[in-house]
Amino acid sequence: MEKMVNVFLMGKKYEVPESLTIMKAFEYAGYQLIRGCGCRNGFCGACATVYRIKGDKELHGCLACSTQVQDNMYIAQLPFFPLVKEIYDINKISPNEQIMMQLYPEIYKCIGCGACTKACTQGLNTMQYIAYAQRADFKKCAEESFDCVMCGVCSSRCPAGISHPQVAELARRLYGKYEAPESKHLIDRVAEIVGGKYDDLMKDLMCKSEQELRDIYDNREFEK
Amino acid sequence: MAYTQEMLDSIKKVEAHRAERVKAQKEGRLLDSERRLTADEKDILLKENHPDYIKEQFAEIKMGPNKGQKAPIELVEMLQAHSRIKAEDIDLDKIDYDVDVLVIGGGGAGSSAAIEAHEAGANVMIVTKLRIGDANTMMAEGGIQAADKEGDSPMQHYVDVMGGGHYKNVPELVNTLVTHAPADIKWLNDLGVMFDKEEDGTMITTHGGGTQRKRMHACKDYSGAEIMRTLRDEVLNRGIPVVDFTSAIELILDEEGKCAGAVLMNMETHELYVARAKCVILATGGAGRMHYQGFPTSNHYGATADGLVLAYRVGAPLLYQYTLQYHPTGAAFPSQIVGALVTEKVRSLGARLCNANGETFMYSLETRDVCASGIIREVKRGNGVHSPIGDGVWLDTPMIEELGGEGTIEKRIPAMMRMFAKYGIDIRKVPIMVYPTLHYQNGGVAVKTTGNTTTNETAIENLFCAGEVVGGVHGENRLMGNSLLDVIVFGRNAGIYAGKKCKDVKVGKLTLAHIAKFEKELDEAGIKTDAVSPKILPAYAKNVHGFALNEELTNKD
Repeated sequence: MEKMVNVFLMGKKYEVPESLTIMKAFEYAGYQLIRGCGCRNGFCGACATVYRIKGDKELHGCLACSTQVQDNMYIAQLPFFPLVKEIYDINKISPNEQIMMQLYPEIYKCIGCGACTKACTQGLNTMQYIAYAQRADFKKCAEESFDCVMCGVCSSRCPAGISHPQVAELARRLYGKYEAPESKHLIDRVAEIVGGKYDDLMKDLMCKSEQELRDIYDNREFEK
Repeated sequence: MAYTQEMLDSIKKVEAHRAERVKAQKEGRLLDSERRLTADEKDILLKENHPDYIKEQFAEIKMGPNKGQKAPIELVEMLQAHSRIKAEDIDLDKIDYDVDVLVIGGGGAGSSAAIEAHEAGANVMIVTKLRIGDANTMMAEGGIQAADKEGDSPMQHYVDVMGGGHYKNVPELVNTLVTHAPADIKWLNDLGVMFDKEEDGTMITTHGGGTQRKRMHACKDYSGAEIMRTLRDEVLNRGIPVVDFTSAIELILDEEGKCAGAVLMNMETHELYVARAKCVILATGGAGRMHYQGFPTSNHYGATADGLVLAYRVGAPLLYQYTLQYHPTGAAFPSQIVGALVTEKVRSLGARLCNANGETFMYSLETRDVCASGIIREVKRGNGVHSPIGDGVWLDTPMIEELGGEGTIEKRIPAMMRMFAKYGIDIRKVPIMVYPTLHYQNGGVAVKTTGNTTTNETAIENLFCAGEVVGGVHGENRLMGNSLLDVIVFGRNAGIYAGKKCKDVKVGKLTLAHIAKFEKELDEAGIKTDAVSPKILPAYAKNVHGFALNEELTNKD
C-alpha cells in the first residue's frame, strides 16, 4: 500500500497517495475538473495553484499538473486571474519605448519587490524581464520570458498591478516580427512557389502510382 | 520516485556503450544495431507489433456512412451513442448567437481559421469547451515542417509525407500541405512567432523521423506553445468573440440539410444555447483522452473525439478512423508523468534508444509507427527496462550534451529538462525511460477535394473541418512536425473558404431532425446502448465512474 499524505484542497482535508500530483489528488478526492485543468503537462497554464505547507509562512505558486503533493499542503486553485490584455494592431505598432508606455504604463510602477519572480511556476526571472521591457529591450525580455505559460500567478502577487505575461507576449511578438533577423531563404522560397516554379513538378508527382512513389521513397538520399 | 537499483545498474550499461554511439554519430555513420530497416522489414515489424493491427481492439461500425468499416472499440461506442439532447428540448427560434462563421474549437486550427475568416470580413465567433489555447497545439514541442531551404523542395516534402503515411494520404491534401508550408511559416513569423534562427536569419532546422531533409523549424521545445499564444493574442486583438467553457454538443442543419449552426452547452451551468451560422468550422482536435487500448496519452484534457461524433451524426463520412498514432517516446517513469510526451526533437538532437543492456536496437528516427513498434517488440523480447510501474526502453539524453556541447539541452529542449527535473531526474546526466503513448488521430472526418487542393468543406454543405479532426492528410501515419503545419495550413484554408462562402449563404429554417433519424438508424442496426456522446471530458474523478484513480497511471498495459 502506498504511503498516504494529508492535503487540504481549498481548505478541506483529504488523504491521498503521496506520489500524486496536485491535479490527480483533486481527482482522487472525487473532483471532476472543468476549470483548472488543461494540457495536464505543464504547457498551457490552466492549473495555476498556490499553496502553503503547514508551519511555513511562505506562499508558493505552482502548476497543479506537474507538482507532487506534500504532507500538510494547503492548496488553492487559481483557475482564472483577471490579467489585463491590451488591444493593438501588430502591423501598426513599432518596437520602441513608447509602445510599452502607451499600452502597459504600470510596468514603470514596479517597486522591485521580486514577488513575481518568487511566485513563477516556471522558475523564470519575471522581475528581470519586466525590467527589460521597461527599457524596450524586447530581445532580452522575449528570451527571458520565453518559457512563460501565462498562468498568471506572478500577476496575482504584484503590488503594482502588472500583467507580466501580457507584457512579455507583446515583447515577444515585437521581437519576432520586427527585430529578429529576416530569413532570406524563406522569403525566396515563398516567392518561388507563388511564381509557380513547382506547379508542374508537383502535378507530375501527384499523378504517380503508388509503386512509382515507393521507388522514389525507398531510394531517398538523407541529409547528414 | 528515484530510479531503482536495477535501473541504475542498467544505466551503467547505457553509459558503457555511449562513447561508441557518439563516435558513430559524429562520423555520420550508423552502428550495425541501428541500421535503417528495409520496406519489407518495416511491414513485418508493424504487422506484428503496432497497436493498429490488434484485431480484437477494433469493432465494426454498424450504421452511418462508414457502416461495415472498423474503428477502435471506444470510438465505435461514441459514434453509436445517443445524443445528449432531443429536438424538443431546444427552441430553435430563440437564437442566442447569430454569426457568419462559427468556429468550434479554440486550438491552432480554430484560431487560424477564425483569423482568416475575420480577415475575409466575416462576423466570426469561436466556441471552446475549455479556454482558447487549451489544445494539443499548445503541447506540440518539437516543431513544424516546411521545405524552405536550399537542397529541399515541396516535392521532397511530399514524398516524405506519402511514404510516411503508407501512400494512403489524399494527394490533394498533401499537395496543399507542402506547397502552403513556407508561406504559412512566413505568416507565423510575421505575426511575431519567434522561430529559432541563426544570427543571419537562417532558420535552425533538424530532422524528424522519416524526413530526408532537415526541415523541422522550432521555437526551442515550446514550438506549439509559442505559436498558440501568438495566435490567441491575435484573435483577441481582432476582437473575435471567444465563448469559453462552452461545448458544442450537436450540430444544427437547415431544412435543406446544410449545416447551419450548433447547440452549445455551458460546461458549468449546463445551460443550452442556440448558435446560428452560415458556415461552421469544426476544429475540435483529436482523441487521446479516449485512451484507446488502455494507452496513456500525451494529449490535452479535452481530446475526446467530439468532432468525429458531431460530424458523423449529421452524416459526414470519416476516413481512416481506424488508424492512431502512438508516439514512440512517451515518458514511462516516474509515475507522475507517465504518457507525457518526450519530444521527437530529443532524438533529432542525437539521443538514441537503448535497451536494458545499454545497446541500440533500431534506427532511432524511423517514422513514428515503425519506431513505436520497434520499442514494443524490444520490450516483448524481454530486453526492456523494468521499473516499478512498467517496462520501457532508455532514451540516452546525455548524448545530446556530448554531441552538441554542454548547455545544448538547456538551450534547445528546456521544457523536457524542466519536466524531468521536477521529479529529481537530470536528463543531462542520466537517460530517461520511455514507452509509446497515444498521441494522434491519423484519421478523421473526410473533406472534399477540388482541383489540386481542398476547401476543407465536408460532405455536409457549409460544414468545414480543419486540423486533427480531419482524416486523409497524413494517411495512416503522420510525420513529426506535420501536425503543427496541418493546423496552420488547413485552419487558414478553412477560414478563407468559409469566410468567402458565407457571403452567399442564406440559412433556411433550423432543424434538429437528424437526431431522431439517427436514433432510428441505431434502432434499425440493433444497437442497444446507454452511452451518450460527445464525451466532452474524460471521467477521471474517483467517485464519478467507480475507481478511476488516474487512468493515465493504471491504464498502462
